Amino acid sequence: MSTSHLLILQVVIPLIVAPLCILIRKQSLVWYVVLAVSWGTLYSAYRLLIRVLADGEIVYFLGGWAAPWGIEYRLDILNAFVLMIVASIGAIVITFAKCSIIKEVSEDRVYLFYTAYLLNLTGLYGVVVTGDVFNLFVFIEISSLSSYAMISLGRERQALMAAYRYLILGTIGATFFLIGIGFLYAMTGTLNIADLRVRIPDLENTRTIITALAFLTVGISLKFALFPLHGWLPNAYTYAPSVVSAFLASTTTKVFIYVLLRILFTIFGATFVFDVLTLDRIFLVSALLAIFSGSIAAIYQTNVKRMLAWSSIAQIGYMILGISLVSVTGLLAGIVHLFNHAIMKAALFMCMGCIFYRFNSVKLEDLKGVGRYMPWTMAAFIIAGLSLIGIPLTVGFISKWYLIMAALERDWWWLAFAILAGSLLAVVYIWRVVEVTCFQTAADQPEDKKIRMKEAPLSMLIPLWILIIANIYFGVNTELTVDVARQSAEWLLGMK
Amino acid sequence: MTEELLLLSVIVLPVAGALFIALAGERHRNLREGITLLTATLLFIAVVLLYQGLDNGIHTVVEIVEPMAGLSLALTVEPLGLLFGLICSFLWIITSIYSIGYMRGNQEQHQTRFYVCFALAIAASMGVAFSANMFSLFIFYEFITLTTYPLVTHSGTEEAKRAGRVYLGYLLGTSICLQLLAIIWTWTLTGTLDFTEGGVFADSDIPAGLLTVLYMLYVFGVGKAALMPFHKWLPAAMVAPTPVSALLHAVAVVKAGVFTVVKLTVYLFGIDELVSSGAADWLLYVAGATILIASVIALRQDNLKARLAYSTVSQLSYVIMATVILAPISVFAAAIHIAAHAFGKITLFFAAGSIYTATHKTEISQLDGIGKQMPWTMTAFAIGSLSMIGVPPTAGFLSKWYMFQGAFAMESWVAICVIIISTLLNAAYFLPIVYAAFFREAKEEKVTHGEAPFAIVLALTLTALGTVLLFIMPERLLSLVQLIKV
Repeated sequence: MSTSHLLILQVVIPLIVAPLCILIRKQSLVWYVVLAVSWGTLYSAYRLLIRVLADGEIVYFLGGWAAPWGIEYRLDILNAFVLMIVASIGAIVITFAKCSIIKEVSEDRVYLFYTAYLLNLTGLYGVVVTGDVFNLFVFIEISSLSSYAMISLGRERQALMAAYRYLILGTIGATFFLIGIGFLYAMTGTLNIADLRVRIPDLENTRTIITALAFLTVGISLKFALFPLHGWLPNAYTYAPSVVSAFLASTTTKVFIYVLLRILFTIFGATFVFDVLTLDRIFLVSALLAIFSGSIAAIYQTNVKRMLAWSSIAQIGYMILGISLVSVTGLLAGIVHLFNHAIMKAALFMCMGCIFYRFNSVKLEDLKGVGRYMPWTMAAFIIAGLSLIGIPLTVGFISKWYLIMAALERDWWWLAFAILAGSLLAVVYIWRVVEVTCFQTAADQPEDKKIRMKEAPLSMLIPLWILIIANIYFGVNTELTVDVARQSAEWLLGMK
Repeated sequence: MTEELLLLSVIVLPVAGALFIALAGERHRNLREGITLLTATLLFIAVVLLYQGLDNGIHTVVEIVEPMAGLSLALTVEPLGLLFGLICSFLWIITSIYSIGYMRGNQEQHQTRFYVCFALAIAASMGVAFSANMFSLFIFYEFITLTTYPLVTHSGTEEAKRAGRVYLGYLLGTSICLQLLAIIWTWTLTGTLDFTEGGVFADSDIPAGLLTVLYMLYVFGVGKAALMPFHKWLPAAMVAPTPVSALLHAVAVVKAGVFTVVKLTVYLFGIDELVSSGAADWLLYVAGATILIASVIALRQDNLKARLAYSTVSQLSYVIMATVILAPISVFAAAIHIAAHAFGKITLFFAAGSIYTATHKTEISQLDGIGKQMPWTMTAFAIGSLSMIGVPPTAGFLSKWYMFQGAFAMESWVAICVIIISTLLNAAYFLPIVYAAFFREAKEEKVTHGEAPFAIVLALTLTALGTVLLFIMPERLLSLVQLIKV
């Protein structure tokens, strides 16, 4: 079987297995099936990445219909990398999910979680590999609808409200996106990305094309919660089960940022978007606001999951900041941070999953002295937190280093200073948690609670620590990540 | 080959020690302390072997990892770093002896965590000492902060946690916001961060203004050097147990700070470049002001450890001032002062801890007549004080002597005035303590305590002896210092 078939299998397999989960229903069995799918697609994502690195782009025509009549799947270095991020986080999170999900979702709905998860995975894989904008829209909606469902599975009643809010805003985003596609189709008569890329330069100065760009950009920005379109995110990540937060925070936003890159760089082209329309200024301002408002809001949270959610908003700011610098180094920083933030944020949310598993709470006031009972979990939290801050030898440092280099290359030393000051805010919100959990002693607990207070089970700790080791490994050996990010950045800027 | 292994071992030994200490745990305390002592001794031997290998003139560079192209975590041997490494590893042995007496004598909690973090902090300090480039130095520098944080908040009280916040805030804040910025800036300007003779800016045409800004970012970015206005973390850190104040906040951590300043002045900027561009001129005044202001504040402290802390702030700026006089001989003086102050100040802290362990007294006003009960402690304290003032026969005289030579050679009248005034101030805040201890009558009727535990007395006697020996036999120290290629 040639590797190009893997492209379609990547999407189809989770799609087929999803309804099977409803038929199986038995939660332990469902988990094994989903686990197999997750790791299987990870393997194929890995094969695809290797193939792309060796031979360049892979193109696959659905049903053998050549583009632009049929739908085309197209994999280059950038989306092969994003595919790898989604697949690896998916595999790790699902391995972790077994115990955690039973604790955080009522038992009769566990199989629904797995079904929704597979649909989400289908959607994300689809978004990444497709080379057709309408198909892209369909997959965006598959992934979004299933994530509303996953969030609403949370045990607290607020989960419903959070999911509903996300649904409303997400749908507005999707509608905008669809309107944008409609305009593009009206002007160019094609939905194929490669075709659009060729035709748009002739129509650049029409108002319709500019409007289309505006709709597409705003629509997708709503989906990845770019400041000030981030309103849905904090509640959604707070009330969703920890596994869901871990998965969504580290994959969905990344995939939608990837879509933004596609729209800006591949479809419309950097020269038009940034030199003519100067969209980079808008992104720069909104990224800076995201970094500071997100980090400052994070400092004042009493629920650790909500704090991490706000921190995500800030981190999205870093990625967009990198993109807004429109240079190889800046884009490199943005793209490499997609991966780096995915592995640190997933780890942090998984820590919260471990703590909730034993302590039934992730509110700061209930976490006094947790470090004593759960040393491995808290050690993981500290390392992932240091990575978020950007301490050397972790992945966070690598992202920050390139981002600052990109700022200094443009002689914007004030921006470099702002980025560093932003990471100090991360010190504050991470350290608040460390101080409470490690240096405060717990109030007297009732006896029955004390029995449960011990380290999380190994089935949770092992996947967590795989991510932690990845945080250090990719902070020390950046050959793969930085190289791939650099190639993608050069490719996006048309230098290759 | 062997030198490479030795270089790696200065990091690996204390880390491995920390691991074994953690494994031994509270249940095997004798074993745990035995491991600490053994590790410290082995580490010192390793550094001495490196010292002996220095003569052959070949500088091995060991690359551990290379996170980004051209930026590697690398170690090498260089005279200034070797001096810092020798001091740290030697004093770690003595502090370990002292810690045993102190931690047991005061029945401190979490002793295993204490010894583990201590060993890790030493490993990071060794990394700073032997870093081959600014990138590695920065990494180890950050690890010192992170590993010493649990030692500052050791007691877990609200006060300790607040001090911990100040500590982390100042040290991470300055290093991330200023130092890292300067490092990345240097990297984008020159494409190298390696410590090289004559500096990396030597042949570049960077304008003097930019060079001044960069130098400023670096010097203030090294918060551990406690240059005003970034000195507040040091007095705050005094809530830590005394062995921590003694070795870390009088030797390893703060010396890592001034060491970094000296190192980057000499090997990153280059003395000649700084003289010709005038990029470091402002620092002479800032350092001079820090010396004087900190001394005045020290005068007004009644808490013994607080007075010692402010004295440290002022003494650290001696090193910085000596460096920015920018004469070769004053750089030697800076290096000598790193050693001299280390021995003197650790003695003073040991004495403070000894008094606390025996009597639970922390204020200077309570120390009248204490010299009669604790003759060893107070004699050591007197020697330490003399060294701070810079009077023979102590090591402090040595560094002041060279500092004067440098200042006269460069006709830096500011520096000369500062040294003279601060010497008087030093005498004013140290001698009254010594006087009161020996010549005043104790206020209390009944005295129930004697000397501190033997381990403590042994440790502080050794360091006091060291302070004197450095004066009597300075040849080794001087010959090592003169190897620094200015």
